[in-house]
Amino acid sequence: MTALTLPTGTVHPDRTPEPARGLAHDTWVIARRGLLHMKRQPEALSDATIQPIMFVLLFAYVFGGAITAPGGGSYKEFLMGGIFAQTIVFSAFGVAMGLANDRKNQAVDRFRALPMARGAVLGGHAVASLIKALLPIVLMSLCGLTIGWRIHDGLLSAVFGYVLLIGFAFAMTWVGVLLGSVVATPEGVQGIAFAALFPITFMASTFVPTETMPGFLRTIAEWNPVTTLANAARIQFGNPSTVASPGDPWSIAHPTAYSVLWIVGIIGVCAPLAVRAYQRSVAK
Amino acid sequence: MSTNAVEAHGLVKRYGPTTALAGIDLEVPTGTVMAVLGPNGAGKTTAVRILTTLTEPDEGRATVAGFDVATQGTEVRRRIGLAAQDATVDPLLTGRENLVMLGELHQLRRPAAAARAVELLDAFSLADDAGRVVSGYSGGMRRRLDLAATLVAHPEVLFLDEPTTGLDPRARSELWTVIDTLVGTGTTVMLTTQYLEEAERLADDIILVDHGRVIARGDAQKLKREVGGDQVQVVVVEAHQLADAARIVAGVTGTEPALDAGTRAVTSPIDGGVETLIEVAKGLAAARIAVEDLSLRQPTLDEVFMTLTGTDTTDEVA
Repeated sequence: MTALTLPTGTVHPDRTPEPARGLAHDTWVIARRGLLHMKRQPEALSDATIQPIMFVLLFAYVFGGAITAPGGGSYKEFLMGGIFAQTIVFSAFGVAMGLANDRKNQAVDRFRALPMARGAVLGGHAVASLIKALLPIVLMSLCGLTIGWRIHDGLLSAVFGYVLLIGFAFAMTWVGVLLGSVVATPEGVQGIAFAALFPITFMASTFVPTETMPGFLRTIAEWNPVTTLANAARIQFGNPSTVASPGDPWSIAHPTAYSVLWIVGIIGVCAPLAVRAYQRSVAK
Repeated sequence: MSTNAVEAHGLVKRYGPTTALAGIDLEVPTGTVMAVLGPNGAGKTTAVRILTTLTEPDEGRATVAGFDVATQGTEVRRRIGLAAQDATVDPLLTGRENLVMLGELHQLRRPAAAARAVELLDAFSLADDAGRVVSGYSGGMRRRLDLAATLVAHPEVLFLDEPTTGLDPRARSELWTVIDTLVGTGTTVMLTTQYLEEAERLADDIILVDHGRVIARGDAQKLKREVGGDQVQVVVVEAHQLADAARIVAGVTGTEPALDAGTRAVTSPIDGGVETLIEVAKGLAAARIAVEDLSLRQPTLDEVFMTLTGTDTTDEVA
């Protein structure tokens, strides 16, 4: 290693600082870093790549024959909406891990000592997470198409289905930001994510119609937004879905509206809480 | 702008029942190096965190580069560089990507940030590894990148929190050279350290901090004088002559000297300087005591610290 000598003229302390470039610029710089992290750690992307495809194939071929889709349609087509919803709920996990890791290796402090726009760190994580959420949606769509899933209700309706999924992914991002802000360690995030997210995605119409569940569980599943998101996606794509009958709860009768309400509700509650929790947790 | 790049008055910070800072005043004149010296838990990092706007003091106020850390945080952040205790460069990014990103977050335009990255990678002998991911860097390389990263925006004031902790002696002395050069450019540096040698080597002024208080301040010479001026030290060849040597030293200095059987050393504070030393030498020669070393010396900063705090630093330095 050569000796270190700093050439004169390398540092000019009397130089005028640069003017601020704004929140959008700083957010994008942090988001680009998040995307580089994904590229450098492809194994950390497994929850967005291998896992959903594995679920599609396992359920389609292992359980598929034993489960009847509502209305007697194709189980593969029923399944896709469910796994879209499940994958999107899990996208909260990645962003929470990213934030917790930042805290662990003190990147947060480095950022906070920079003349950055407030909120750019959280915003950057959120944007990167949203871009990451697009990956499984695309991959699963391709995987689904090869095993016989089809869109039946026209392009416009399908586009709305995708927009709904992406909107929910954005909402889940803020759940993740909140989780990552409140729980300080990556290990803690991992524990909570699996303890909470797995039951939530299974007590729903993700893999099986809610009609077959026992009373109490069925009520939980019917009000579970994972159920309604899955059903809404199924309807938008023209796939077999639960057909609401008289006496079903409002969430089952209006899955799209109910899902949109959840998106608005989650963002409205989690985003401000997450920002507050984050500010408090880092300012020590 | 005031002539002090950093000024703090009565900084107090509590974490629950723990008082991290119990009222600290400090001033760092522009273009000088200030070392904040103290053991683990003395409050060094807390002081740096307040001055770099990472946390707010419970009491007191501080300015950095002429701006109030509490109310003009953005102005402060535009003018400082911070190297935290552990290198905080991003392990998944390459050296170049790290510097470009930090340049952009310092609000440089992308081409300017890229040019600055190249300049700094060259200056810190990292050009060959610029395209490698930082997780593959050695500890010394990571530190260098970390230090380069703090210079991206030409800071007026540089905060280095224990910059050489965990480095081998060679990497440490290389970093010292860089810090010397930086000060030559007019950059003000405030560094924290547990190493007395480091403070003495780098700093114009030293403050000794313990339990959140400043217990002494001044340059190394002044601190040493404060704990009792010169000492005479005799190291005898034969251990059994230690007591005889001690008697002779006591006869000259008039105080009971300290004995260390392990190093066969007799140490005693003296007033008279060289004349007293000659008296000691004559006495030893007359008694035919073989001497390995006879010296007049100032106390080390370790001794200063022990005298002032009543605790040995060696445990905490480890």
